[in-house]
Amino acid sequence: MSEVIATNQTILVVGGGISGMTAALEAAECGKQVILVEKNPSIGGRVSQLYKYFPKLCHPKCGLEINLRRIKANRNLRVMTLTEVSGISGESGNYSVTLKTRPRYVNENCTACGACAEAVESEFDDEYNYGLSKRKGAYRPFNQSYPERFVLDPAIIGTADADKAKAACKYDAVDLEMGDSESTITVGAIIWATGWKPYDAGKIQPYGYDRYQNVVTSVEFERMLDPHGPTGGKILRPSDGKEAKDVAFIQCAGSRDLNHLKHCSRICCMASLKQSTYLREQYGDDAKGTIYYIDIRAIDRIDDFHQMVKDDPNITFTKSKVASITEDKATGNPVLHGVDTEGYHRYSNPHELVVLAIGMEPSVPANGFPMPVVLNEEGFVEQDEANGAFFAAGCSSDALDVNRAVQSATASALRAIQVINKVAGAEG
Amino acid sequence: MSYNQDMIEKYRGNFLKEVTDNVEEGDWVKMCMQCGVCSGSCPLGPHWEHPPQEIFMMIRANKREEVLESTSMWMCTSCYNCIARCPRGLPITHIMHGLATYSQRLGLAPQNQPTQKFANLFWKNLVKKGRVNELKLGLSLYFMNGFGEGIKTSLKMKDIGLNMLKTKRMSPMEYFGGHGCKDIKGLHAILKKAEELENARIGKSGS
Repeated sequence: MSEVIATNQTILVVGGGISGMTAALEAAECGKQVILVEKNPSIGGRVSQLYKYFPKLCHPKCGLEINLRRIKANRNLRVMTLTEVSGISGESGNYSVTLKTRPRYVNENCTACGACAEAVESEFDDEYNYGLSKRKGAYRPFNQSYPERFVLDPAIIGTADADKAKAACKYDAVDLEMGDSESTITVGAIIWATGWKPYDAGKIQPYGYDRYQNVVTSVEFERMLDPHGPTGGKILRPSDGKEAKDVAFIQCAGSRDLNHLKHCSRICCMASLKQSTYLREQYGDDAKGTIYYIDIRAIDRIDDFHQMVKDDPNITFTKSKVASITEDKATGNPVLHGVDTEGYHRYSNPHELVVLAIGMEPSVPANGFPMPVVLNEEGFVEQDEANGAFFAAGCSSDALDVNRAVQSATASALRAIQVINKVAGAEG
Repeated sequence: MSYNQDMIEKYRGNFLKEVTDNVEEGDWVKMCMQCGVCSGSCPLGPHWEHPPQEIFMMIRANKREEVLESTSMWMCTSCYNCIARCPRGLPITHIMHGLATYSQRLGLAPQNQPTQKFANLFWKNLVKKGRVNELKLGLSLYFMNGFGEGIKTSLKMKDIGLNMLKTKRMSPMEYFGGHGCKDIKGLHAILKKAEELENARIGKSGS
């Protein structure tokens, strides 16, 4: 790998999701030097795993494509994948950052032809599809992944599969000798955009996510709709592969709950409203959606979307937080139990599939932050002077939808640029 | 004027305030967000006239008599499922007990509710000697709903009773007086003092 050149006029962006890409691009397009590091083999983040955005219901693929074009065209921006930040020291305008890079085992010669994946036999859970399908030990993370290169799973290194991958490659791109590398760079400001992760649904014990196959999370449901996804774009039940036309959405699954996440994750109401339209799109008048909610938090202009779904006779709203789920053994249908708030009727409703509108948990590094950072009680990064030139962007700062994450990222880019301008001014 | 009338006068039309001031953990009632997890999680849920979530809303809606005369909070078996699951951490079990205690204090508790009846039997039995007389408590429970039913229940339970006699788990002599604690006079003095303090605290004249 070529030497990374960075100075205290460089901005480091950590995390290559929608927020990180946006912050990096905004700063780079303003003429600043930017290094974007991403721990996964590709940038794109969780937005690349969505089928459609709300409220316009357009596909995130276009936005990602535009961002990738901007990244490829920009000389000020350098992208480092498979890289994590292991240490930060110093102060605003002068940070020393240690980066650890894991090996990809595939070099720049790769043309993404896919011969290595065909040759390799071992399979692993596909992270991109939240484990709903398998991928090969040599793989491209997803169709639009960037850099446009394959990657070898470290688990196959040292096995016959690794040699098969090497032998299959016509371009001499597989390099089994690659190892971990570490570098220390100097930067002036840091934008932290490591995003969020879905709350562990298994922890919500009464909902039986860990026991019932037909209880899935909203992020998994989103993968089902992808035409190239694990079910080929069909809404199918994991237990028997049957079409699921009667789907229940449970709101606040993990959010607004002292036992789980205290905060409102903000996106889940709109996510379920949006997903109810997928159901209609796929099954027309046969579709039946039920949204179980405490209150629908669709504010200002996105409330129009809420009203539109509300007017749909095939989508019903039940004002109740579901208390528990059991399974009807004969049909495999999850049965939802609870009491509604509009009349206090006790219900036990069977549905073909249950989607948990899962909460957003801040994605904090496993070993904690590499420098002292002021967090709020939910674990999101506070905007605090004590953080110096360490600025959170997107879901590192709060539970945000894509729209607001991009706003937050642009704002953090501007904050970082101000620091860099000050450094440049002082140095003349 | 009765204590109940005093309270009606004092809190005229603001039952939520009355509950906040007088019911144990009553200040939590305003925190309920009406999600319904407590009602759905209650193992006795279908047998409640008004599930907890509805009780909380009724309190806010000033339905004083409907709440205090209800049998609902007497249905609570203290399984603590609701407390464990409440997303806002309301001590629902304790609030139910608090409401039951308060309705009893006001003289509004439903007199034929079995839990309420048994609670009174238990208390009377206990304070008499400072120890629970299980034979008498059992018998008073059997005969709680009349003589005929008492005989029927006793016959149904006779084998268990005889086995308990055989293994010395129960003595028929307990029927005549029975054992007590060492300083029964002292215990009665403590209880009297406690009642005085309680009455002073809640502003109720001695009964």
